[in-house]
Amino acid sequence: MTAKGQGRTAFAYLAPALLVLGGLLAYPIYQLVLISLYDYGQEQVSGGAPLHFLGLGNYQKLLGDQQFWGVLGQTVAFAAVCVVGTLLVGAFLAILATRVRTWVRMTLFLAALGAWSTPAVAGSTIWLFLFDANFGFVNEVLGIQGFSWTFDKWTAFGLVAAQVIWCSFPFVMVTLYAGIKAIPGEVLEAAALDGASAFRTAWSVTLPLLRPIILVVTIQSIIWDFKVFTQIYVMTNGGGIAGRNLVLNVYAYQQAFAASEYGLGAAIGVVMTVLLLAITMFYLRALRRSGEVL
Amino acid sequence: MRRWLTEGFVLVIAGVVAFPLFWMVLSAFKPEDEIISADPVPWTTRPTLDSFTRALTVANFGRYFLNSVIVALVVVGLSILISFLAATALTRFRFRSRTTLLIMLLVVQMVPVEALTVPLFFLMRSVGDSVPAFGLNHLGSLVLVHLAFSLPFAIWMLRGFVAAVPVELEEAATLDGASRLRFLWQVLFPLVAPGLVATSVLSFIHAWNDFLFAKTFIISAVENQTLPLALQVFVKPDQNDWGAIMAGSTLMTIPVLIFFMLVQRRLVSGLAGAVKG
Repeated sequence: MTAKGQGRTAFAYLAPALLVLGGLLAYPIYQLVLISLYDYGQEQVSGGAPLHFLGLGNYQKLLGDQQFWGVLGQTVAFAAVCVVGTLLVGAFLAILATRVRTWVRMTLFLAALGAWSTPAVAGSTIWLFLFDANFGFVNEVLGIQGFSWTFDKWTAFGLVAAQVIWCSFPFVMVTLYAGIKAIPGEVLEAAALDGASAFRTAWSVTLPLLRPIILVVTIQSIIWDFKVFTQIYVMTNGGGIAGRNLVLNVYAYQQAFAASEYGLGAAIGVVMTVLLLAITMFYLRALRRSGEVL
Repeated sequence: MRRWLTEGFVLVIAGVVAFPLFWMVLSAFKPEDEIISADPVPWTTRPTLDSFTRALTVANFGRYFLNSVIVALVVVGLSILISFLAATALTRFRFRSRTTLLIMLLVVQMVPVEALTVPLFFLMRSVGDSVPAFGLNHLGSLVLVHLAFSLPFAIWMLRGFVAAVPVELEEAATLDGASRLRFLWQVLFPLVAPGLVATSVLSFIHAWNDFLFAKTFIISAVENQTLPLALQVFVKPDQNDWGAIMAGSTLMTIPVLIFFMLVQRRLVSGLAGAVKG
């Protein structure tokens, strides 16, 4: 087939995908930026008032808003705790999994698979029930019936973080386990023959070989945990009492759909997108440096 | 001795990890009085289906279950067709903007779709003015957004599977007089089926689990709600019907669990393949 014919057929095959992605991803991204530049409230939505162009007004408002900075800080801290927790638990269990017999490992993986596949809403409700002040099993075991985990700001954040770690460590564990298993036995034997201790082998041989995989799961976890929505929304009932458990995603949602400040909500969305794209760029560069090609 | 200790420890961890799910299923089968008891115990001597009956009748869970199934299946069906065609174009053809498209596919996967609720809400509102079935309060709007969200990853992942089919096969089929379309659907399509299974499961789970967009788009049409939303509606501070909630959670989790179990091996290798490109 001629090059021109190839291009034509290729675009015929690509057309449905381009249509969907263009209309439902590219266009909304453009719209997101556009809306963030306007004063877009309930009146403008219903057509009762004309659109008022603000330029960067919404962003100025955000930067001068104490709550926004508070929420941003909380989001970063919450994501950091979740990422570190997920990586530690996942890596620890991946290493343990290499040291046990098959049936024990399969039991662990099966349990992890269950946690992994539980829908976020269902997972959140189950955890809420387990930690319920009066009927929860955890309070019964600890003998602190009547203690509300979701009332205090920090225990509420802790509970949500634990739930997030519960459902995201399996990805890290399975991926790292596969990575460890993919290291050729000869390499480890050679290290042992050269007289390297177990710790030395782990530190100087296994870890460097696993670096690309560790990088991938770390950045994936950062991206996921930075945009947690469902768990916070369900478990703290929309961001906690007086919004003290808000993270960026929930904050944007509340500004747009609860307070009808669509312009402001869109501006928060833009801030979040930019932050995540920055992380992604870092990710792509790291991938390229570790020798991956498109 | 040390291995026994490690194995015992791993089994305890497995128990802790599985416990929330065990508690969910257990609570779904417990009679009401055992659930609101002040001394909950991790077993029951009187299992009952009462909670399921309540979830299905009072809470109308059957309807929401059906809605979720419809959305997820339509998304899966459409995303299979569209991503298969796109992946074929991107691996089997050489054209100028190919690399650009690939990079954009990768970048677009990183856009936080949650940030797009505001523009998508307005988009669906205007779509609804001309085609109500795809507008707000209709399942069509959910199908559209989840299709868009699942496509980039599906295409990205299928690329590897299409590339693995030898080009000689296409030449042989052409020599045997098969048309392009015939080769596409009767030779290539069945050969990449394993890849399609893995991507379908991910699209399914994505659509099935969605809470944010169901909450944003389905505002007043209660009959068009999906499971995650329905479940959340029943969680009320201090007056929860925990039995029915756990029965609903069980109904919602089991399909995903089964899907995951069926394809976990392929999913892991597929994910590793997708990560490696």
